[in-house]
Amino acid sequence: MPRLNPDNIELAKEILGRYPRPKSALIPLLHLAQEQDGWVTDDAMEHLAELVGCTPAEVLGTCSFYEMFKREPVGPYLVNICHGISCHLLGADELLEHAEQSLGVKTGGTTADGKITLEEAECQAACTEAPCLQVNYRYRYKVANEAFDQLITDLRAGKLDDEIPPHGTLARRATRQHIPADRAAGPAAVDVNVEPVWLSRNADASEAKG
Amino acid sequence: MTITDAPKIVTGRLAAHDDAHTIARYEATDGYKGLRAALQRAPQSITDEVKAASLLGRGGAGFPAGVKWGFCPPGVFPRYLVVNGDESEPGTYKDRILMESDPHQLIEGILIACYAIGCSQAFLYCRGEMALAHERLGEALNEAYAAGYVGKNILGTDYSIDIVLHWGAGAYIVGEETALIESLEGNRGMPRLKPPFFPAAKGVYLQPTVVNNVETLANLPWLMQHGAEAFHALGAENSRGTRMFAVSGHVKKPGVYEVEFGVTTFRDLLYAPIYSGGIRGDRALKAFIPGGASAPLFYEEHLDLPLEAGVVGKAGSMLGSGAIVVMDETTDMVKATRNLVRFFARESCGKCTPCREGTTWLERILDRIIDGHGRPEDIDLLLDVCDNISPGLLWPPKQTTICPLGQSATPSIVGTIKRFPEEYERYVNAPFSTTVAINGAAYLSPPVAAATGGSAE
Ligand SMILES: Cc1cc2nc3c(=O)[nH]c(=O)nc-3n(C[C@H](O)[C@H](O)[C@H](O)COP(=O)(O)O)c2cc1C
Ligand code: SF4
Ligand code: FES
Repeated sequence: MPRLNPDNIELAKEILGRYPRPKSALIPLLHLAQEQDGWVTDDAMEHLAELVGCTPAEVLGTCSFYEMFKREPVGPYLVNICHGISCHLLGADELLEHAEQSLGVKTGGTTADGKITLEEAECQAACTEAPCLQVNYRYRYKVANEAFDQLITDLRAGKLDDEIPPHGTLARRATRQHIPADRAAGPAAVDVNVEPVWLSRNADASEAKG
Repeated sequence: MTITDAPKIVTGRLAAHDDAHTIARYEATDGYKGLRAALQRAPQSITDEVKAASLLGRGGAGFPAGVKWGFCPPGVFPRYLVVNGDESEPGTYKDRILMESDPHQLIEGILIACYAIGCSQAFLYCRGEMALAHERLGEALNEAYAAGYVGKNILGTDYSIDIVLHWGAGAYIVGEETALIESLEGNRGMPRLKPPFFPAAKGVYLQPTVVNNVETLANLPWLMQHGAEAFHALGAENSRGTRMFAVSGHVKKPGVYEVEFGVTTFRDLLYAPIYSGGIRGDRALKAFIPGGASAPLFYEEHLDLPLEAGVVGKAGSMLGSGAIVVMDETTDMVKATRNLVRFFARESCGKCTPCREGTTWLERILDRIIDGHGRPEDIDLLLDVCDNISPGLLWPPKQTTICPLGQSATPSIVGTIKRFPEEYERYVNAPFSTTVAINGAAYLSPPVAAATGGSAE
């Protein structure tokens, strides 16, 4: 069952290496598990517990707090319709109703072909472009009903796959942060109380002042 | 009207160039000059300059950045910087633009702040749902590391620091600074009690930590290049420099506008042709939110107030996160209020009883009012629940909870009940106006039969 695969274990170790304490990497690693499997499986959570050094229950505790982590399979396209105040004022309720009818599912459901999961979401920080939605966290602005239907048709036909990677992939690999070993300053160890070297310039400056 | 030609301090580059997110464009447009200037100076002098500039935090609370930096206890290291890019307050749309379209400006701001404060590591916490921002920030950081701006021995000096891009995962409450820190430690994003957990004293890993908003930090490269005097020359009172405001809702030209802080008025932003251009269909204005869903509503009579933190505070609201949401005369204020309250009810982290229970009940009562099952006494009940969450219903509000989220649900209810009582009365005085389908038959509401298994929704 899906623990992290060898490539992802490598990446997980790189991510872990950036933090002073390993548990800080938990949310990024949950994203990695979700990227691998499309959702967060129990086995992946157990694996992450081993990697960050906590119990599986703690991993579940964190995982279950955050909206984006799905603990059941969802479609490869997660459509989130914003129902925040600005979108509400400009027709979000109507758009959601249209979406439910057009997809034949209730909010929270997945279409019969398994491709599309429909959700409503809180403000997506695109309030001037209301009503808006996201597909796998990629935006569509000022969405009219016809545009919604076209979007669904294009998604089903795989026409948008270059722009919209499958659910779970937030940033494509080439765009992920990678800190080259020879450039890294390294994580700042918590229990070593040393003043950063450049702060000595404060003393130098007050000496110069006299 | 007070429309000024103040420079666009944080949005100038991205407004002028489609490729403002690339390091090539950034370097060609004065990029990393502020960092170079900073590295020539003693760190303390930068903190002093930021204080002199009166750069107020742009994340919501409006605390002066330089003063906050000075709160780190001397002699306690390591210190950390946490960049708050969790932008999720309804109506708020500015930090995402800065992260997506001018990521190097933010990176440079982080570098300047960490140098001044003496931080040993920076965490850039970007809201989970912003995929493009993750990609743009990741690419920009990779470019900046390769060019020697970030990492070990920055630009050949003794200044070294890593900026770690951290992804959130969907939770508004994580925008609250102590919840942000919990989340960064890999935990459920539940706020910590202040005191003792003021981040400057006990933040990430209980070490001194500065939490600053994205827009706050994005001002620093300009400030380093042009100096506190030039920054302070813009604006009024304590509100100096420029600020980004997102104007959304029922206006002709919704948009995100960077304007001179402290002097530009709400009327300018809502009606000037270069900004929002007036209310759609030239209808009448009914109400507007001046600073995000947590802020009490303003009305027609507040239009000529300047966008100045102190003035807006005295008038009974706040500029908060720079989110102005405009409602025209056609708006159903009870439904708009339910929308705002639902947000806080769903985003409550559940740690405090008044917030967890109170916001949930407020949502339920508003639901039943809107669904036609309301009772006249529900209006007083709403006020009573609000009073339990925030005693006295004052401004600024009294807090009974660990963080301010709970009380944020109350001003919209209190304000709309005062201002538009007839809208609530219309709902509650027509309780038999709807029919409900129960097991296929139509019943007049309120449906006593709901208890037998039918749906009252
Ligand atoms: C419920 C709640 C949500 C918040 N959300 C955000 C947010 O998304 N972004 C932000 O910068 N500040 C947010 N804040 C304010 C932060 O707690 C903190 O004051 C701010 O990040 C400090 O940065 P600044 O001083 O640069 O403004 C929120 C506060 C509360 C109480
Ligand atoms: S006020 Fe609400 S959101 Fe804030 S800590 Fe308490 S329960 Fe959590
Ligand atoms: S309300 Fe929909 S994006 Fe903000």
